[in-house]
Amino acid sequence: MSFEEICQVLKSQFGDAIEETAVDSCRPFVTINADKWSEVAAFLRNDDRMAFDFLQCISAIDLLAEDKLACVYDLAAISPVSSTQDMTYLRELAVRVVTDRNAPQIPSVAHVWAAADWHEREAFDMMGIDFPGHPNLERILCPDDWVGYPLRKDYAHPLEYHGIPGTTEHELKSPRH
Amino acid sequence: MANTIAPNNPAENSAPRQADVRTEEMLVNMGPQHPSTHGVLRVVLRTDGEMVLESVPHIGYLHRCAEKIGENVAPYQYVPYTDRMDYLAGMNNNQAFALAVEKLTGLEVPERAKYIRVMFSELNRIASHLVAIGTYGLDMGAFTPFLYCFREREMLLDLFESACGARLTYSYITIGGVTDDLPENFVDVCSEFLDYFEPKIDDYNNLLSYNHIFVKRTGNVGVVSAEDAIRFGLSGPVLRGSGVKFDLRKAKPYEIYDRFDFDVPVGLPGGTAEIPRGVVVGDCWSRYYVRVKEMVESVKIIRQCLRDIPDADEKEGVCNKKCKTVKLPDDEVYMEIENPRGQLGFYVKGDGSAIPARVKARGPSFCNLCVLEYAGKNCLLADIPAIIGSMDVVMGEVDR
Amino acid sequence: MTQFSVPWKQSPPLEHRGPARGVVALARFVYSAAAPIVSRFPGLILTSAIVFSTLAVWIHWELFSYLETIAASDLNGTAKSIWGQSLTVGEIGAYLQSNSVAAGGVLKYLLWPLQMELFRDIVGLAAIFQLFNLIPVYAIWWERKVAGRIQSRMGPMRVGGWHGWAQSFADGVKLVAKEDLVPAQADGMLFKIAPYLAFVPSLLAFLCFPLGSYWVFRNVDVALIFIIAMVGIEVVGVIVAGWASNNKWSVYGAMREACQMVSYEIPMTTVLLVPIMTAGTLNMVQIGDAQSGGWFTWNAFHNPFTFIAFITYYIASLANCKRAPFDLPESESELVAGFHTEYSGFRWSLFFFAEYAAMFVVSGLAVTLFLGAWHTPLPSTWAFEETSLFKILLNGILFSSPFWFIFKCFIFIYIQLWIRWTLPRIRIDQVLYSCVQVMFPIACVALVGHAVWMVLLDGSMFSTLIRWVLGLIFAAVTFGFLSVAAFGYRNGRRMVGYLAVKQLPGS
Repeated sequence: MSFEEICQVLKSQFGDAIEETAVDSCRPFVTINADKWSEVAAFLRNDDRMAFDFLQCISAIDLLAEDKLACVYDLAAISPVSSTQDMTYLRELAVRVVTDRNAPQIPSVAHVWAAADWHEREAFDMMGIDFPGHPNLERILCPDDWVGYPLRKDYAHPLEYHGIPGTTEHELKSPRH
Repeated sequence: MANTIAPNNPAENSAPRQADVRTEEMLVNMGPQHPSTHGVLRVVLRTDGEMVLESVPHIGYLHRCAEKIGENVAPYQYVPYTDRMDYLAGMNNNQAFALAVEKLTGLEVPERAKYIRVMFSELNRIASHLVAIGTYGLDMGAFTPFLYCFREREMLLDLFESACGARLTYSYITIGGVTDDLPENFVDVCSEFLDYFEPKIDDYNNLLSYNHIFVKRTGNVGVVSAEDAIRFGLSGPVLRGSGVKFDLRKAKPYEIYDRFDFDVPVGLPGGTAEIPRGVVVGDCWSRYYVRVKEMVESVKIIRQCLRDIPDADEKEGVCNKKCKTVKLPDDEVYMEIENPRGQLGFYVKGDGSAIPARVKARGPSFCNLCVLEYAGKNCLLADIPAIIGSMDVVMGEVDR
Repeated sequence: MTQFSVPWKQSPPLEHRGPARGVVALARFVYSAAAPIVSRFPGLILTSAIVFSTLAVWIHWELFSYLETIAASDLNGTAKSIWGQSLTVGEIGAYLQSNSVAAGGVLKYLLWPLQMELFRDIVGLAAIFQLFNLIPVYAIWWERKVAGRIQSRMGPMRVGGWHGWAQSFADGVKLVAKEDLVPAQADGMLFKIAPYLAFVPSLLAFLCFPLGSYWVFRNVDVALIFIIAMVGIEVVGVIVAGWASNNKWSVYGAMREACQMVSYEIPMTTVLLVPIMTAGTLNMVQIGDAQSGGWFTWNAFHNPFTFIAFITYYIASLANCKRAPFDLPESESELVAGFHTEYSGFRWSLFFFAEYAAMFVVSGLAVTLFLGAWHTPLPSTWAFEETSLFKILLNGILFSSPFWFIFKCFIFIYIQLWIRWTLPRIRIDQVLYSCVQVMFPIACVALVGHAVWMVLLDGSMFSTLIRWVLGLIFAAVTFGFLSVAAFGYRNGRRMVGYLAVKQLPGS
């Protein structure tokens, strides 16, 4: 099933939840409305035509120019499981879910793909996107009391953390940036 | 595996228990400084005597802002950072990032460089699996296989050193090709190494894989079913150990992998001539043994590379000349390859300048580790190192 | 080097205080004085040390045997042991004079202090303590060399010159000079006392441990019970150490140790009843002397049940002195370091002394009870008639002496090392399973079977035949191992790793 056909199915199923289909991109992706993302994800996982059972990656991106944050979900369908035949990707799909930059919220899909658990925690930690419905949304890489979201484009690096300097004296005297 | 004691939750406290030898529960902090957490992993264990009722991994002790750095340097400058992620498989990480950028920008790679890349990523796969196998023996208390594996790995590092001068963080595979051509007698030395190395795999099997105590320690421990493996997004030997014959080199051949003939080993049920009794699909032994078998397949691929590699072309060289001046288009790409630990993906987003707008690495160790919470339940304390070791995590890649 | 200014406080370098300072100064002085000589003639020094200590032992042996012989002849066969009952200086003098020994008068006064029990005890204790110290030191160095060879590397090569023979002494100096750390949250009193609780019982076990017919400090009639009790009580020290450290891993190690020791005492002591039944005594000297008729009279080859008992004992003894694959109390991949996680320096080394001494004790028990104690594989009836000092000496070396005992013990210690560096570690449930469900039934079968054999078949032709068959099997296996070792020595000397190195550019 090609990217266009998948988009057709999604459009017929969810209508205007599908905001944009970037066919000409180096890696085509479909943009889905954040409010409907939860239902679309369940459909992508459970529908027989889709059956995207493998969540490869969730990449949070900062669209500073548009004042948005987004998550890119890379999905693949690899079933049926076989231990004798070489398995391949039956189909792949990239989904982009865009959310507001000031109060970023994307419904969690951790109950759909268990793999999303840590990826969403990482997106929360690094980009500050809230995932309502996540079982345990805590910072994963940074300490719990870290201030700010490091991968946002407007992030200012703290100069001190619990008495540990975030920079050296030399750098303070002659800043690089 | 002793599964008789149920985890402690209020609903089950009133129910009759199979083995009523419970004592006071204790929270044990395993790591970040612990010999068998392979770096700085911290696992909080809720234990009842020797039983582990729950294990919660905590990560982030080796976070080095690799993705933030990716947004500040040009791709060819970022290559050295990628091999610091999974420091045991630097070649593969270089290759993944290079492929992602090449796919985004449409850079061509010389034919000879493609062969060199495949050859070195397979050599590095062997080197990485040697560490995985050796340290897994160490986790089980067998010290000697570790040094045997490192003995062979040392020769591999000599090979890498002869090609690029580095022994751990190579940055050899770069955007548009490889940095240098092969040294003069490389093909001979490499095939001599392969001749030496192949029989050694039997040694490891005799010494460790088929050791009765080893099988008893790892067989039927930390079982992850095929469905769960896919649900948790596991990949690499951990996924294949669960009986899923999925390998990106076959499923979605990148580079030139479609030209080679090799097999994808998977975990198989025990009781046959090859697999000892007491092993089930998806347990620690299967994951371990998949790595051993993968080394054999890697040797096959390297032999084919050595046979088919084209001669050096003076004009073309081994690296695309535009690699340092290339601009990234306003577009995005997600490229994955089969790392020794699983699927290593790089998401690269450009914005028309020479510096990426976003670089995101999907570390296989990161995804494989999240299953520890699920597999490390209701087992014995000694099984926790067994499970962590069979996941073969590299914390540099988990924390990035 | 550039000095970086750091915002946090830098602590000054540690200074040794108290006795440690003296030890460091002494070590520096000794090292600076000895280093030029030791580094120039390491092999000579080692060889001469070995030769001289051997000579010293020979001379002692000769003197004691001589006195024994003449005492026996004078007292109509009722020998007094030099270490057992008192020989007054008058008696010694009388013996020497009656045998017209040259310079007997001088010898008499040289031996004068020996008539005092206290003096004998001090000399004997000092000798035992020295043995107790030397065995771990050399066993550790040897373990590292064996491990190195097994792992295709060299092991210690630097300290002392020849194959790093002084490595353990250097480590000892380092450990003694280290800061004596007690964790702030630990129970200080118990934490400090625990290493001694583990160390002293192993030392006590040596007190009634016979190294030869007359080489025993206290010839106790229940020596076996005493030694087993001392080996078993070591666990108290370990538990105290684990508990007082206030560290969860230490507690795990201590509990594992307790669990493992208590359960493996049962099969171990059960199979030890087998040689006791054969010899009919608990006195180690008598058990040993009952096996003097060549290797086929050793207890292990008495009948199939004793052979099973021997194997069972050896496996149980591995668990009892927490050697691999039963090294769970200190398993480094699970429990960091187990019960001695928080220990360092001298206190830590006491645990190691206790462990290696326990290795020697359990091997010594195996040798004494099953494998002919201090006797050679040759029957002692082949010995020379003891007419001259030289022949007495030769008998002592060839037929029965502490050398044979220590040699056999070290063979068993070597097997322990071999197992340690080959096998993975087993899990706690498997440890207990193999004890309760495998070893204990086997021990019971061996005990009952041996009892039945003793009643029905002992002394019959069939019994003798079985004894010869078992003895020959043992001899064949030993010969096989020696051949394999010789073959490996001839063919395995090639250093691995040369292949890639030799051909690469720049190397």
